[in-house]
Amino acid sequence: MSSEAPVALRGLTKQYGRITAVDDVSLTVNEGDVFGYLGPNGAGKTTSLRMMLGLITPTEGEARVFGLDPQKSVDALADVAGFVEAPRFYPYLDAMTNLRLVAAFDGNDAKSRIAEALDVVELADRAGDKVGGYSHGMRQRLGIAAALIRRPKLLLLDEPATGLDPGGMRDMRALIARLSAEGMTVMLSSHLLAEVEELCNRVAIVRSGRIVYEGELDELRAAAGLTIRLRTSDDEVALRVLSDRRGISDVVRHGAAPIQFRAADESAIGELSRALADSGALILELAPSAATLEDLFFELTEGEGDAEAEAKRLDEAADLTGGPQ
Amino acid sequence: MSRPGTLTVYRWELRKLRAQKRTYLGLGAAVLVPVAFSIAVAIQPGGPTEVPFGSYVKDTGLAFPLVTLLFGSIWFYPLIAALVSGDIVANEDNNGTLKTILTRSVERSQIFFGKVLAAFSYSIFAILLSGTVATVAGILVSGFNPIPTLSGTTVTAGHGLALVAASLGVYLMPVLAISSFALLLSTVFRNSAAAVVGTLMFSLLLQLVVIIPGLDGLQPYLLSTQFNSWQGLLRTPADWDPIIRAAWVSAAYAIPSLAIALTAFLRRDVAGG
Repeated sequence: MSSEAPVALRGLTKQYGRITAVDDVSLTVNEGDVFGYLGPNGAGKTTSLRMMLGLITPTEGEARVFGLDPQKSVDALADVAGFVEAPRFYPYLDAMTNLRLVAAFDGNDAKSRIAEALDVVELADRAGDKVGGYSHGMRQRLGIAAALIRRPKLLLLDEPATGLDPGGMRDMRALIARLSAEGMTVMLSSHLLAEVEELCNRVAIVRSGRIVYEGELDELRAAAGLTIRLRTSDDEVALRVLSDRRGISDVVRHGAAPIQFRAADESAIGELSRALADSGALILELAPSAATLEDLFFELTEGEGDAEAEAKRLDEAADLTGGPQ
Repeated sequence: MSRPGTLTVYRWELRKLRAQKRTYLGLGAAVLVPVAFSIAVAIQPGGPTEVPFGSYVKDTGLAFPLVTLLFGSIWFYPLIAALVSGDIVANEDNNGTLKTILTRSVERSQIFFGKVLAAFSYSIFAILLSGTVATVAGILVSGFNPIPTLSGTTVTAGHGLALVAASLGVYLMPVLAISSFALLLSTVFRNSAAAVVGTLMFSLLLQLVVIIPGLDGLQPYLLSTQFNSWQGLLRTPADWDPIIRAAWVSAAYAIPSLAIALTAFLRRDVAGG
C-alpha cells in the first residue's frame, strides 16, 4: 500500500446539473510532499477534497488514496485524516468526548493518542468545555487533533488557516511544517499565497474547476521568468524589437509608462540589449525584478483568457526554462 | 486490531441522545402525560367512559396505561418517536458532523444501522417508560386490582399486569414502523423539523384515508389501524388476528422505508457543512 502515491487523481470530474465544479482534474501527490492545492474561492478545491475523502461521488474519473478508492470502502482512508471546510463537532459534547467519539470510530489504539493530540494543539486545558462555546480557531485546532489521533500518513486540510488570527495562522503553519518534518504527507487547499509559499514544495493551481498548473513550486517561480521594466529613447522601435523575440513574452505598454515584458532567462535579456543597441533605441532603463508567485497566481486564476490558454502560455515558458509541462 | 462497527456507532448514538435536550423533551412528555391523566382521575369523580377501559379507571390502576395508550396512540406516541427518529440523521446534516464521522473507519451502512438501532431504542424506551409511569401512577390512585377484559370477563391483577406489558409490546410494532418512516424523511429531507412534522402528518393522514368513499376497504392495512391491534390481547380468548396483521403490516411500512433511507444514505453526496 505504501508504494502507491498518497493521492492520485485521474480525470476527476464533478458536475452539479449544468455546473462543472471539478473539471477533468489529474494530479499526483507523492510521499513526503507538502502539496498546495491553490485557487480562488469557488474554484473546486473543496469539492476535490470531498471526493478524495469519499464524501461525494465523482461524475467521472477517480480519486485514489494510497491506491485505494474511498468510494468503495472507508478502508481506503486507513492512513488518511483531515477535514474539509471548517471541522465540525457535536456542539453539545465537550472536546474530550468529541475526540473519544471519533477515536471510537477509528478503532485500534486511537483513544490512547487523545491526550497527546490535545497537547499538540494546546487545547488540553479546555478539553472539558463544550465545543459549542469554542471559537473558530479552537475548532480548527480541535480538527487537527481529531486528525492526529488517526496517526495518518496523509493529512488532507481544507483552508486550514481560514478564520485564524495572525498568531493562530503562524501556529498552524508551524504545526504543519513540523508534521511534514516528521514524515507526514500533507495536501492542503488554500487561497493564501503566503501560506503555500511558506509550506509547500509542490502546488497545483486550479481555476474554475480545472488544473492550470501542477509541479514544483521552485519550477513554477522559474517558469514565471523575469519581469523586466524597459525605457528607451524610442519605445516604438523597442516594441518592434521585442515582438516575436525568442525568450520574450507578455510585452505590455500602458501609455507613457515603461514597457514591461517577461524574459525566460538572463541570456534572453543580454540578447535583447544587443538588439536594441543595433536598432538605435538607446536603453534608458532596464530593470529586472523577480515575479512573485502572487503575480503568477493572479494571472492564472483571474485573467481574461481561458485557463487552457494560460496553461499553454505557462507550458511555453516552462519549455524555455526546462520546467514542468 | 479492533475494528469499530454498528455496535460502536449504536453506543455513541445513545451517548449523543443522552446529551441532547430534544431527547428529554420527548421522555418528559412521555412521563408527564400519564401523570397528568392520573391526577385528573384522582381529583374528578368519574373517568373517560367514552373509551374502552375508561369506565374502570376508578376500579383498577391497570386501566390507566391502556386508556393512555388509546388517547396517545395516533399522534402523541408517534410524535415522541418522530422527535428523535426524524432528527437522528438530519441533525448530523445541520451540524455538518456527517463528514466528521464518515471520514473515520466506519462504513456508511454501519453508521446508518447504528442510528436505526438508537432511534428504535429511544422509541421503545419512551413507550415503556410512559406505560410504566401510567401503571405505577394508576396503581397509586386506584389500586392494583383485577381488570375486566373487552369480552366482559375479569382477569386477576397479576394477569392484567402481564396483559398491559404485552399490549405495550404489540403497540411498539406500529411505533417502530413510524420511527422507520421518520428515519426515511430525516435522511431524504435532511431537515429535522420537516421530518418530524412530515411523520406526524403521515400518521394523521392515514386516519383520514378511510373517510374517502370507496377506500374504507384499506383500513385493515393502514398503519393507523395497527395502533389499536393490542386490544386483541384484552379479549378472552385472545384475538390474535389483529396482532398478526399488525406485525406484517408494520413490517410492510418499516422495511421499505428503511431500505429507501439506507439507499439514499449510501448514495448521497455529503456536500454541506
